[in-house]
Amino acid sequence: MAKFQPGDQVRIRVGVPPTHFRTPEYVQGKHGQIETSWGPFPNPEGLAYGGDGLPAQPLYLVKFAQTDLWKEYKGAAQDTLLLDIYENWLETI
Amino acid sequence: MPKVHDRGGWPNEDPIDHSEHEMEEWERKVDALNGVLGERGLKTSDQLRRAIESMDLETYESLAYYEKWTAAMEMLLVEQGIMTTDEIDAKMKTLEQGKK
Amino acid sequence: MVEKGHSHGDNAKYYSLRAEAIQELLIEKGICSMDDILTMADQIDSRSPEDGAKVLAHAWVDSEYKARLLADAETALMELGYDLPETAPKLTVLENTDDVHNMAVCTLCSCYPRAIIGRPPAWYKGLAYRSRVVVDPRGVLKEFGTELDESIEVRVIDSSADFRYLILPKRPAGTEEMSEEELAKLITQESMIGVGLAVSPEQTKSI
Repeated sequence: MAKFQPGDQVRIRVGVPPTHFRTPEYVQGKHGQIETSWGPFPNPEGLAYGGDGLPAQPLYLVKFAQTDLWKEYKGAAQDTLLLDIYENWLETI
Repeated sequence: MPKVHDRGGWPNEDPIDHSEHEMEEWERKVDALNGVLGERGLKTSDQLRRAIESMDLETYESLAYYEKWTAAMEMLLVEQGIMTTDEIDAKMKTLEQGKK
Repeated sequence: MVEKGHSHGDNAKYYSLRAEAIQELLIEKGICSMDDILTMADQIDSRSPEDGAKVLAHAWVDSEYKARLLADAETALMELGYDLPETAPKLTVLENTDDVHNMAVCTLCSCYPRAIIGRPPAWYKGLAYRSRVVVDPRGVLKEFGTELDESIEVRVIDSSADFRYLILPKRPAGTEEMSEEELAKLITQESMIGVGLAVSPEQTKSI
């Protein structure tokens, strides 16, 4: 079951595991909003080592305000960035 | 030396190079082999990424795109016991001699 | 350090030979044949930006098709005879409008909607684009000659997981009378990544 719904505010977990992971470092620790809930996908952190990626992880498209990601963002205030993040990297605010 | 994960936001002032190059035949084959290994269940893109990410920064930045893929595929095939590094070295030597 | 997009010099010599050795061993061990490799290469070659342009031009002229394409790209592609390989990642189409401009990148590697528009251009795989587009998208757009109004929301989509994103560019003004085939010619590779706009009819006249 997906823990988050579109519109929910989340915080991206901080961490640089020695193993493979997908969450870019530039969004770690930042706040975003769930845009889409994609459903469960095999976990790349297992797949990367030849495993089956189970249990599957719910995957979400998460939206960030660019001005929240970069202190010196030069674009417009309404600019955004979206990326897909697995549930094990999301924290409730 | 740090490993390379995502490159988002890394300082980089280089202008974007818009030039294209014709793919070499060996690069085309490596590109295809990646697909074939995927079909055979011997490689997922997650595994390929993990192998590429395990390179140190200097190697990562000094190798061209399909050179990285070749190194990464070798890593995956060797760790799955499909072939050994010695076998590849020996085969390379034979091929080299054949080309002389 | 100078970035190397494509292979040349000693490294290329070494790795091309190493790749050949790996392929020979795979063939000797019965894992695949050279035919399998060449068939796959042909299959990859057969996809190009023209395929994507054809689909997106159809979406421009048929709003119901567009709705289906945006809701479920893979099923909508099948309607036009495009069956994505089973191993291909999921595909989603994002629409650029008067208010929102989407542009795609993969900061981790080079994820790209290859199954429908072929191999990515060299710059897409390069470190300059991957490093900068997330932090300065409007600056990168300018490098591609694309200037957007301040009032538009520029949305960068970083393909970090199981989805690949294809951008449906905005249909240019003055194209109402054009055929689907003519429209497809306006949809460039850059516009499907979102670093460019679809070519306007005036621009095609000046070429």
